[in-house]
Amino acid sequence: MEALKIHIPDNEQYRELGAYIESVRNMPGPLINVLHKAQGIFGYLPMEVQAFISRELDIPLSTVYGVVTFYNFFSMTPRGKYVINVCMGTACYVKGAGKVVDYFKDELKVGEGETTEDNLFTLTTARCFGACGLAPVLMVNEDVYGHVDRKKVTEILKKYRSLG
Amino acid sequence: MAHRMNVLVCSGASCISNNSLKVKEALLAEIERLDLKREIKVIETGCMGPCQLGPVLLVYPDETLYKKVQVADVREIVEQHFLKGRPVERLMYKSPLTDELVHKSRDVDYFKKQYKIVLANCGSIDPESLDEYIAVGGYEALGKALTEMNPDSVLDEIKISGLRGRGGGGFPTHLKWMFTKNEKSKEKYVICNADEGDPGAFMDRSVIEGDPHTLIEGMAIAGYVVGASKGYIYVRAEYPLAIERLEKAIAQAKETGFLGENIFQTDFSFDLEVRVGAGAFVCGEETALIHSIEGKRGTPRPRPPYPSASGVWGKPTVLNNVETYANVRHIILNGGAWMAKIGTETSKGTKVFALSGTIKNTGLAEVPMGTTIRELIYDIGGGAPEGHEIKAVQLGGPSGGCVTPEYFDTPIDYESLTALGAMMGSGGVIAMDETACMVNTAKFFLDFTCFESCGKCVPCRVGLKQMYGILDKITKGEGEEEDIEALETLGKTIKATALCGLGQTAPNPVLSTIKFFRHEYEEHIFEKKCRALVCKDLISYEINKDACKACTLCAQKCPVDAIKGERGVVHEIQQEKCISCGNCYDVCPFGAVMRLSGEN
Ligand SMILES: Cc1cc2nc3c(=O)[nH]c(=O)nc-3n(C[C@H](O)[C@H](O)[C@H](O)COP(=O)(O)O)c2cc1C
Ligand code: SF4
Ligand code: SF4
Ligand code: FES
Repeated sequence: MEALKIHIPDNEQYRELGAYIESVRNMPGPLINVLHKAQGIFGYLPMEVQAFISRELDIPLSTVYGVVTFYNFFSMTPRGKYVINVCMGTACYVKGAGKVVDYFKDELKVGEGETTEDNLFTLTTARCFGACGLAPVLMVNEDVYGHVDRKKVTEILKKYRSLG
Repeated sequence: MAHRMNVLVCSGASCISNNSLKVKEALLAEIERLDLKREIKVIETGCMGPCQLGPVLLVYPDETLYKKVQVADVREIVEQHFLKGRPVERLMYKSPLTDELVHKSRDVDYFKKQYKIVLANCGSIDPESLDEYIAVGGYEALGKALTEMNPDSVLDEIKISGLRGRGGGGFPTHLKWMFTKNEKSKEKYVICNADEGDPGAFMDRSVIEGDPHTLIEGMAIAGYVVGASKGYIYVRAEYPLAIERLEKAIAQAKETGFLGENIFQTDFSFDLEVRVGAGAFVCGEETALIHSIEGKRGTPRPRPPYPSASGVWGKPTVLNNVETYANVRHIILNGGAWMAKIGTETSKGTKVFALSGTIKNTGLAEVPMGTTIRELIYDIGGGAPEGHEIKAVQLGGPSGGCVTPEYFDTPIDYESLTALGAMMGSGGVIAMDETACMVNTAKFFLDFTCFESCGKCVPCRVGLKQMYGILDKITKGEGEEEDIEALETLGKTIKATALCGLGQTAPNPVLSTIKFFRHEYEEHIFEKKCRALVCKDLISYEINKDACKACTLCAQKCPVDAIKGERGVVHEIQQEKCISCGNCYDVCPFGAVMRLSGEN
């Protein structure tokens, strides 16, 4: 993998990331911080962004790629506007989280990790948000919903669809 | 200026998702409207514990606990209680035993058996206010350690207290600190493990969100003892609010001089940095966590060397859990002997548990070590919901095991739980009733650990997959006689040969369910029966002819047109077409669809 051969556009997003990288240049072990920032800016981490990070931090692209693929939080594919993250932690599982995932699959016609055709929703699962008392729990972007059942699934989808 | 009344609004994760912040806004608006701002103060606090009752309000000095408060209730509370002094009874907590109103929060059953050290400030102070922390004795322990004690005498108190790691292993904290202290190195580090990977545990989150300075203070004291001037707090990315509050608290502490250069005018300097995880369970393991802080893939490495000799950046490092550090200031202020009086012979102090699953009162509870499992799940947790019965509790998450009712009188400490084949772990307690299938539960945990295995060593990467495959077969009704033995043999081998704690403990949930619920395994294998009616392939659906009102609803919802019948004609499921999706069972308004397993 040769970092420099990938063309990197000069735009606002890259300038923001570049400025962040400058600010952490003297910090030891900055890669994961930079990846968090990049995913915040771009929404995901395509090869192009990884190549940019590799060049700027002077870390081999294979290392950057290795780290991106190791951690579940980093995604190399674009995500929908709303990421529906259903908790599959133990407490939620015991309270029927598996069914909640099925309801979404049913209603959105996508599988886990997939995005709807209109790019509105991505369906994913996670392991415990620390709100186990409300199981089953899900998050849509940063909003937490507890005691989710079939009715609530329909309501949630309706709400975000109307927001567009 | 003192206020006549303080209203604490819980803003733990559970209450926030139940609208507590809107309730707070409504309170502020009402107070503004009635011009009570100088008399009544509204404080946003961390998790108070009884998440099931959320959103929760606690009113001081009356100690009134309001439960499930909604925006629409706010006006009544303000007008009746705050203005006229008449608490709103319909929103107050009632004892489920006597059905009587409970007037003081401390008399609420949920709190009665608790003993709060670690959670003392959670839910009683504003986590974003350093002043409030200082008002309850905050940073006094750090001051005492730095100005009246030396590292050795601090270490002595920790030793006397008997404090052991709350992150799972229960390793004596003073030993860890001593090993690091004895290393000769100019550069040393203090790390806090706030990765909280056990799904079903959320005490670390609550401590950070509810009382972040307690953690900072504990880490600074550790830094003083071992001679470190820098620390890292590794927080999982799933906890954005915790990260925000921690960053804020660190900034406050730096500004005020509790962190930074020459703290309390001594020559001790200490700085903290938050590092955010990226979603990998194995990063809770200490050597993997250190790799992750260094910006690398979070794979574990063999120990020794232990982090105390070679930790982050290859330097001596003390690494402890959030709850462990949260105990430190109390030990310094009250003396180690004080804590040594609480608990059992081998386990001192308290432990915070997160209660969830099929239990009435879910939430956080801090109890003295030695409390029995029964007290925890019945006296505090309220037992199973009406009409259900708890058949097991899972302790220690994916590394732990289950405990059955005949052992519920066991006093909780590190050794007794391990002896039962479970584990203290981080304190996740998940109650399961007759609707949980133990084979499927074991499969659930293995699915988790297979997914989270870092893949570095063969027993874990390959062995766990094999175990998962066998469990999958059993839940699908394809189990064979020799499968149980195969699971046991594989499990024991993996435990003995895996490189890190993940692999070494991953078989536990399987081995422990086989030990206590062998009959469920056998039913799946020999009778093709799942008594909990969970395993889809072992369930069939039938319509009870006498109850069917021929409404056609089920036939409309069946995705494969397996239901014969029309209006006025009793419906019938054609078994060869049915895919056991359960839709008909869910929609029948007359409960005429029956779920069966192992009947033929
Ligand atoms: C797979 C695995 C996951 C772990 N996850 C955590 C965790 O989420 N939090 C934690 O404090 N310790 C966790 N530990 C234990 C740590 O390795 C370490 O022992 C602990 O943080 C030390 O702190 P203590 O002595 O204060 O308990 C985990 C261990 C393993 C093997
Ligand atoms: S036991 Fe599992 S998680 Fe631990 S090092 Fe081996 S493969 Fe990785
Ligand atoms: S269980 Fe599903 S497939 Fe079977 S009859 Fe009912 S609705 Fe149809
Ligand atoms: S298990 Fe779902 S929030 Fe904890």
